[in-house]
Amino acid sequence: MASALRADNIVKRFGSVTALDGVSMHVEPGEILGILGDNGAGKSTLMKILTGYQSPTSGTLQVHGQDVVLRSVDHARSLGIECVYQDLALVGGLSVAHNMFLNREKLRRFPPGMLDNGEMRRRARQVLEDIGVNIPSVDLEVERLSGGQRQAIAVARAVSSDARILLLDEPLAAMGAREAALIIDLVLRLKARGNLSIIMIMHNYGQTLDIADRIMLMQRGTVTYEKAAAETSVPELMDIVRREYRAVRSA
Amino acid sequence: MSLKPTPVSRASPNRAGATLDAFLRWREASIIVVAILLTIYFQAVNENFLTSANLETVSQFIAASAIIACGEVMLLICGEIDLSVGQVFALAPFLMHFGTNAGLPIIVAILLALVACGLIGAINGFITVKLRVPSFVTTLGTLYILNGVTLTLSHGSPVETGGSEAMGNFLGASPYAEILWAFAAVAVMHYVLRQTRWGLHTIATGGNLIGAAEAGINVARIKIGNFVLTSVLGGLTGILEAHRIGSIDPLAGGTTVMFLAVAAGVIGGTPLAGGSGTIIGALVGAIVLGVLRDGFTLQGINAYTFDIIIGAAILLAMISNIHLGRLRRGGGR
Ligand SMILES: Nc1ncnc2c1ncn2[C@@H]1O[C@H](COP(=O)(O)OP(=O)(O)OP(=O)(O)O)[C@@H](O)[C@H]1O
Ligand SMILES: [Mg+2]
Repeated sequence: MASALRADNIVKRFGSVTALDGVSMHVEPGEILGILGDNGAGKSTLMKILTGYQSPTSGTLQVHGQDVVLRSVDHARSLGIECVYQDLALVGGLSVAHNMFLNREKLRRFPPGMLDNGEMRRRARQVLEDIGVNIPSVDLEVERLSGGQRQAIAVARAVSSDARILLLDEPLAAMGAREAALIIDLVLRLKARGNLSIIMIMHNYGQTLDIADRIMLMQRGTVTYEKAAAETSVPELMDIVRREYRAVRSA
Repeated sequence: MSLKPTPVSRASPNRAGATLDAFLRWREASIIVVAILLTIYFQAVNENFLTSANLETVSQFIAASAIIACGEVMLLICGEIDLSVGQVFALAPFLMHFGTNAGLPIIVAILLALVACGLIGAINGFITVKLRVPSFVTTLGTLYILNGVTLTLSHGSPVETGGSEAMGNFLGASPYAEILWAFAAVAVMHYVLRQTRWGLHTIATGGNLIGAAEAGINVARIKIGNFVLTSVLGGLTGILEAHRIGSIDPLAGGTTVMFLAVAAGVIGGTPLAGGSGTIIGALVGAIVLGVLRDGFTLQGINAYTFDIIIGAAILLAMISNIHLGRLRRGGGR
């Protein structure tokens, strides 16, 4: 069976900065891939290329075995790729419901072009209930929610459509232990629904090994290590990072 | 999974307290109270205030800034401003005049003039969004350019509006024509802001530019579109004013009408920071400014004093917006 998503030899340059220097990766249907790596390793950049937000300088992408050139976020979305950005991409002054349907608002048939706020509220409530997120009201402005609730809204938004590939950029960043546990639980429940591939960019090795099926380590724009989570351990990962660090320092 | 809500605690001791509380939470509340108090005050000190002759005068003070404010509010919400709209106001009726002189029916001449205004807005937007010049600077530049263009084209002297009487009445000459245009513009733009994707995306663009782009919103299109809208509204207002007065003046509008429109928006509760705003508030803001100006004129206060009062009104409105806004958001400091 074809990989859900596959990238080959992706290069991304910003002027003189090479953020990605020939990255190849893939994620299988129903698999959780954990991406680890230093700050500035190029993880978010890779993610933005996979969502069509930025285009690569060179390299190719395949979605479910088909070659694609992602033209825009909407294009990627139409192929079932959804993501939660590191900055969450929520608008503080808008309600939970409006945020969940941002840029794919439900419209009434009449008058044409009028927002169907009732329908968006109903569906938002439904999605939050389905995935077990408890928010007091979908009419609340997002800026009034806690960090964990916002994270949950961003995840709920991403899975509310028929996403088949879900990308999460540091979903546990700035999150307390309890809230992190809730998000991990949510991700595992999404996985249990089957057929959803998840790519998670993470910083905590232990958490990543707990949740991911496979681990990929990125350093300075390249993939330096890749293994099934069951076959590696926190000390082994630490060791690789330390070795790399020493190599860079002595160079 | 249950994520508890952040406590939004607020004690409402009784019914009256709850009503007051709900009222304070209503965005346009403070400015509506101000408008009503001012009207009561001016009627008390001068019984001619609420006569139909005077209301007509007040409505004329209000209309122009209210229509232009509809555009400026949309721009402020998406994080931009247009300083040049007063010069578009002056240019548009001349463009219409050249059109009718060339033998075009007045409706066609007006539509072409408005298309030209839209192009000016598109240029403002393009320079701001694509060439990344802050809109404050972009439109300061086009303000001067347009002023020079209008003065050159008109040789600095006014001309008659011309056209049929019925057309003139429709376009602003009949007593309440212009304020009816203003109400129509406010109704349409309030609907656009609150009930359409365009309005929602304008708020999202100003509230979180990167987030909106990551959600796939074409933020450049939103911003440029609102520049076009503001210019077209500015041009339309210039044409209406010309018909009301019966002549086209190259020095009409200008920064005065632009600042009144921005002030109406700000007094009405639209912060300069972007991400939120209200069209209804801008209308009420324009009413407050119109009532102040007319009321003090009736009292015999001169234009110099009026400027002092306007300045104080802007500051007071801003201070109360910020502090009542805080109350609205849940009593936190
Ligand atoms: N739009 C941009 N313009 C210029 N340089 C950029 C841009 N985006 C990313 N970079 C550079 O690319 C490199 C990789 O950045 P990226 O955000 O992908 O790192 P990251 O692995 O996600 O780091 P972190 O763990 O801190 O989130 C960095 O050196 C960054 O400065
Ligand atoms: Mg990152």
